[in-house]
Amino acid sequence: MREKSQDPSPQASATRGGGVLSPSLRPGLILCLGNPDRGDDGVGHLVGLLLREQVPQHVVIEYQDGSALELLERLHGVDSALFVDAALTGAPPGTVHVFDCTAGDMPAAKPGASSHGLGIAEAIAMARVLHELPRVCRLYAIEGVNFTPGASISAAVRVAAEKLAAMLACAAMV
Amino acid sequence: MARRTINVDVLARVEGEGALRLVIQDGKLRNAELRIFEPPRFFEAFLRGRACMEVPDITARICGICPVAYQMSAVHAMEDALGISITPEIRALRRLLYCGEWIESHVLHMYMLHAPDFLGYDGAIEMAKDHPDVVRQGLALKKTGNEILRLLGGREIHPINVRVGGFYRVPNRRELRGLRDALQRARDASLSTVKLVAGFDFPSVERDYEFVSVHHPDEYPFNEGRVVSNKGLNITPQQYDANFEEFHVKRSNALHSRRVGHGAYLTGPLARYSLNSSLLSPLAREAAREAGLGPTCNNPFRSIVIRAVEVVYAFDEALRIIDAYEEPDRAFVDTPIRAGIGCAATEAPRGMLYHRYRVDAAGTVMEAKIVPPTSQNQPSIEEDLRDFASRWLELPDDRLSHLCEQAIRNHDPCISCATHFLKLDVVRA
Repeated sequence: MREKSQDPSPQASATRGGGVLSPSLRPGLILCLGNPDRGDDGVGHLVGLLLREQVPQHVVIEYQDGSALELLERLHGVDSALFVDAALTGAPPGTVHVFDCTAGDMPAAKPGASSHGLGIAEAIAMARVLHELPRVCRLYAIEGVNFTPGASISAAVRVAAEKLAAMLACAAMV
Repeated sequence: MARRTINVDVLARVEGEGALRLVIQDGKLRNAELRIFEPPRFFEAFLRGRACMEVPDITARICGICPVAYQMSAVHAMEDALGISITPEIRALRRLLYCGEWIESHVLHMYMLHAPDFLGYDGAIEMAKDHPDVVRQGLALKKTGNEILRLLGGREIHPINVRVGGFYRVPNRRELRGLRDALQRARDASLSTVKLVAGFDFPSVERDYEFVSVHHPDEYPFNEGRVVSNKGLNITPQQYDANFEEFHVKRSNALHSRRVGHGAYLTGPLARYSLNSSLLSPLAREAAREAGLGPTCNNPFRSIVIRAVEVVYAFDEALRIIDAYEEPDRAFVDTPIRAGIGCAATEAPRGMLYHRYRVDAAGTVMEAKIVPPTSQNQPSIEEDLRDFASRWLELPDDRLSHLCEQAIRNHDPCISCATHFLKLDVVRA
């Protein structure tokens, strides 16, 4: 995944990117991706759990493992979607990478990958080709460091998750 | 001495991680190997010491594409060990669940993994740029299969509603009938899938396989029947171990299989169809006939047509089961625990899946053996490669390599499923 920011603060990423969320980016659907049993890969789920405590029930928060075809199916007819996932790029743990999926601002999809290797990049690429991409579609990927099965989420990653959840909650309340 | 080596380091559009190696020397094919380097996953070892009732949920985790197959072989084997018979209503619901998985898995393979070979694309995303409606149709069909799994299995990946003796919860008649309209539309669409794939160009090759599949006298095989072949085999699943053996080859983290005294054999759509085509529904038989299939098929490149026909059958069978459904009084039969050995063979989308368990008097699993279809098919896949590549040696490397990859994809190998074995040699000085 391409690195977007070296700053662990989601707010700092937001400032450089012109605002993580403006009112027009208010999420209709928040998809939290990853495997909560694999250390920092569970950060998407953690952000979802933190958000659930902070946002009204009408904000739809769902959890998926990140399989492309299931994501693609879920995006059908959705106007606004935010993804939260873990990343592994070599950036400092807790760095928040922000991708505007509608701007083609995504890591390249892998051509010819097995279905086991089809993830969010492939789902976004396919949704774009099929004109199924939500009008608003962003990916927040928090840099992880420890993906060991059974491990807990690293301290820096947890801090970033809390900040990102707070910011997404603010946007959802606008 | 002219030596030409073609390595495909990572096979694309197969489930899991494998590689292909061809060695051509002095214009002759010297070696063709399917290498499976995905790490072993030790499921048989994980199962030892676990309660027999946990087995369907643990084995479902072997595969995200065909978890139902693992659950079905597990529950039937465990019921065999415990001496339990299920009710006809539960049996029908299990067939319905299997219909959902066949639809999901076959459609995924046809549209996302295999069709790009025939239409000349690197993958489904590239294919979707020129054929968006084809891909949309595939996604819609797969979604219908997902809905069966969601209703009966509790969720579409790694279902959680299957238990030894039946289900944790069975749907009521109204819930099942809620699937009906979508299934009917999808069945109509699946007929156009058969027409689409039947129009592809297929290399003109055939092989004299020993086909092996489950066979039941009254129905196209899913859950129950004898294990038969076109070369004289006709046994119960309990006789499987006496007739088949697994063996290790250095290049593969998945055990190979052979029929004792015979050698390589093939399971999967080609085998299933060739041994059971007369048992398809009239609509599926007609679709097969219109697609140019005879009662048997020995060209593995045409497996995509058979998958399409089996999808028609799965929709047809699902509708038949839903129309005949009467909600059972109980979701499962009692499961009194006893010591025993149980075996079962069922038909996963990509071929026959054999399970054998030994449980003690407390219901603890003492031994587990799981033989996935991809393990069984590896020697035949390599024989395909040796046979077909020898005919194509004049082709440039990239074309030869692609055709060989396609020859592997013909069998929809699930490498992740196959690499679960534990082989441990202890040498003591």
